[in-house]
Amino acid sequence: MTEPVRIGDHAFANLRYIRDAMERATAFTSIPGVGGIIIGVSAIVTAVVAQPLRGDRWLAAWLIDAMFAAVVAFILMSRKASRAGVTLRSPAARRFFVSYFAPIAAAALMTIAVVRAGDHALLPALWLLSYGASFIASGAFSIRVVPLMGICFMMLGIASLFIPFGNILLAAGFGGLHIVFGFIIARNYGG
Amino acid sequence: MAARAQRNATPGDESRVIEKRTIPDFDRKIHERTRLAIMSALAVNEKLTFVELRDIVQTTDGNISVHARKLEDAGYLTMKKFFVGRIPRTEYQVTPAGRRAFEKYIAHMEALVKTNKK
Repeated sequence: MTEPVRIGDHAFANLRYIRDAMERATAFTSIPGVGGIIIGVSAIVTAVVAQPLRGDRWLAAWLIDAMFAAVVAFILMSRKASRAGVTLRSPAARRFFVSYFAPIAAAALMTIAVVRAGDHALLPALWLLSYGASFIASGAFSIRVVPLMGICFMMLGIASLFIPFGNILLAAGFGGLHIVFGFIIARNYGG
Repeated sequence: MAARAQRNATPGDESRVIEKRTIPDFDRKIHERTRLAIMSALAVNEKLTFVELRDIVQTTDGNISVHARKLEDAGYLTMKKFFVGRIPRTEYQVTPAGRRAFEKYIAHMEALVKTNKK
């Protein structure tokens, strides 16, 4: 009775091999954990600096932080990708970036509209919700922890719709979540 | 042929021999590891360049060339060579026949796993 077991095991191993190859062909795994930690620390510093500021000065502090974060993310992502011998132009990476940037582009445009309307208090919710949405969408093409991070960001975004501590919730999200998930990714997914 | 393979088989080869004996309509063109990975990668991507395919399959240039050629000969994928500026590029795409063969192969494997469970 050992024969069918062997064939079945072999078939199962083959199916798993196919699944692994498909996953490699669709997943973009160069998410920089260390970059997340650096971005998180910088967001907490920004939150402290921005806490007493109001209006456009408060906005400027966070926009400078966002630009810094984008540069850090890009550099460390490129380094992680080249270490793994993959490019940022692979089909997997392209799918990831399209679904990542679509919600962020929408948020950038809505930021202009909200600032024009003079309602800066809405910005933390807009940013946290959009950033979360961007990770939930792009996480479909990446490691499993990415969409989970997106859900956490969206929950903070929902909270900031109802409680008037936007700056602190931004610190919790862009600071705290980046550090926690950055640490998880760095430890479990190679840097 | 099968009988001789069986006689010469070492214990490690046993499962392979059993397979040959009991599953005569097995698609050998896809079954080989590198070719299976190539078909899997192309099943979830409309097109892949030579370099992308090599990185996904995690093998050498020579290995990809040889096995992609075999799949091309079987009519399971098409290869297109062209230039981007001065850089030559090779692009692979699965054919409808290749997709059918791949799906059949998976169904075959699933059936074997199911039979095993019973």
